[in-house]
Amino acid sequence: MAFVSSPDRAVPNVTSAKIVVAGGFGVGKTTLVGTVSEIPPVNTEAWMTQASKTVDPLNGSEAKTTTTVAMDFGRISLARDLILYLFGTPGQPRFWPMWDDLCRGASAAVVLVDTRRLDVSFPAVNYFENDSDVPFVVAVNLFDGRQTHPLDQVRDALGLADTVPLVTVDARDRRSCVQSLLASLNNTVEKTSQVATR
Amino acid sequence: MTANPWVRPYVLTGGRTRTRHHLYVHTLVSVDHYDPTAALRLSPEARRLYERASFGAQSVAELSAHCGVSLGVTRVLLEDLAAADHVLINEDTYASPYDHRLLKRVIDGLREFA
Ligand SMILES: Nc1nc2c(ncn2[C@@H]2O[C@H](COP(=O)(O)OP(=O)(O)O)[C@@H](O)[C@H]2O)c(=O)[nH]1
Ligand SMILES: [Mg+2]
Repeated sequence: MAFVSSPDRAVPNVTSAKIVVAGGFGVGKTTLVGTVSEIPPVNTEAWMTQASKTVDPLNGSEAKTTTTVAMDFGRISLARDLILYLFGTPGQPRFWPMWDDLCRGASAAVVLVDTRRLDVSFPAVNYFENDSDVPFVVAVNLFDGRQTHPLDQVRDALGLADTVPLVTVDARDRRSCVQSLLASLNNTVEKTSQVATR
Repeated sequence: MTANPWVRPYVLTGGRTRTRHHLYVHTLVSVDHYDPTAALRLSPEARRLYERASFGAQSVAELSAHCGVSLGVTRVLLEDLAAADHVLINEDTYASPYDHRLLKRVIDGLREFA
């Protein structure tokens, strides 16, 4: 490619992958991303311009709205040529166009839940069940370090299919967060193997 | 964060809202050879993105956040910069994010990281 112009500064062919961390407000998304990220989680007010689907530059009838959303993301350099990005979804359903954008090209998703407020994560579970192809797992964030509800109860309350892995996580503990990310990736391997061998 | 709320994003991109390639938020962008003279001819937003990308391969989202340029505008400006050979948009090494070779590399890397 562009190596010709300056062979001494060859750009290594770096690959990036992405995992999405979803869930309702206050379930620990920013905490999880910050726990494993090598950069401080970038929690910025990102200006999102959402162009309508029917933009027609000729008649100038495009409708646009600009929304300010907090976009969380973190980065883990896994090798010199491999970077994993984590993206926390903005919590409110009105930002779902951005969820689609964040999920496009993702390898896996983790939906975080807080058992004291399960309902705040219902929309995220719905989204991954119905509106996204990205394979997902659900992770119960153990805020006080203890499991207050058996996982079976959580699964029932969420109406979660048996095929969706349900794990626990301590969003402040690095090893635990990495385990939940691994669970999500292993789930994708499993789900996509089924497709490949059908 | 220095987003400029006074200029409609549409103006910054010359009216374009679409890009030819799909730039994912995690697509990596890098600069092979930084040209300060070329930088001077760019709009302030494009120049910020170009300079920042010259620090090392970074994702579209990082460039957007660090330069205070919205994701949509960042995508269009990066595409222009790529068309002018100022930046390199990393080709996806794997056709799918579910490619098992990619997943295995990430899984192995995370196990080591843990
Ligand atoms: N004790 C405890 N607090 C947590 C944990 N995870 C998050 N928190 C706290 O819960 C609040 C919400 O977490 P945050 O990561 O901001 O949630 P988000 O809205 O999903 O990004 C913050 O005050 C966190 O410090 C956890 O595992 N244990
Ligand atoms: Mg948050």
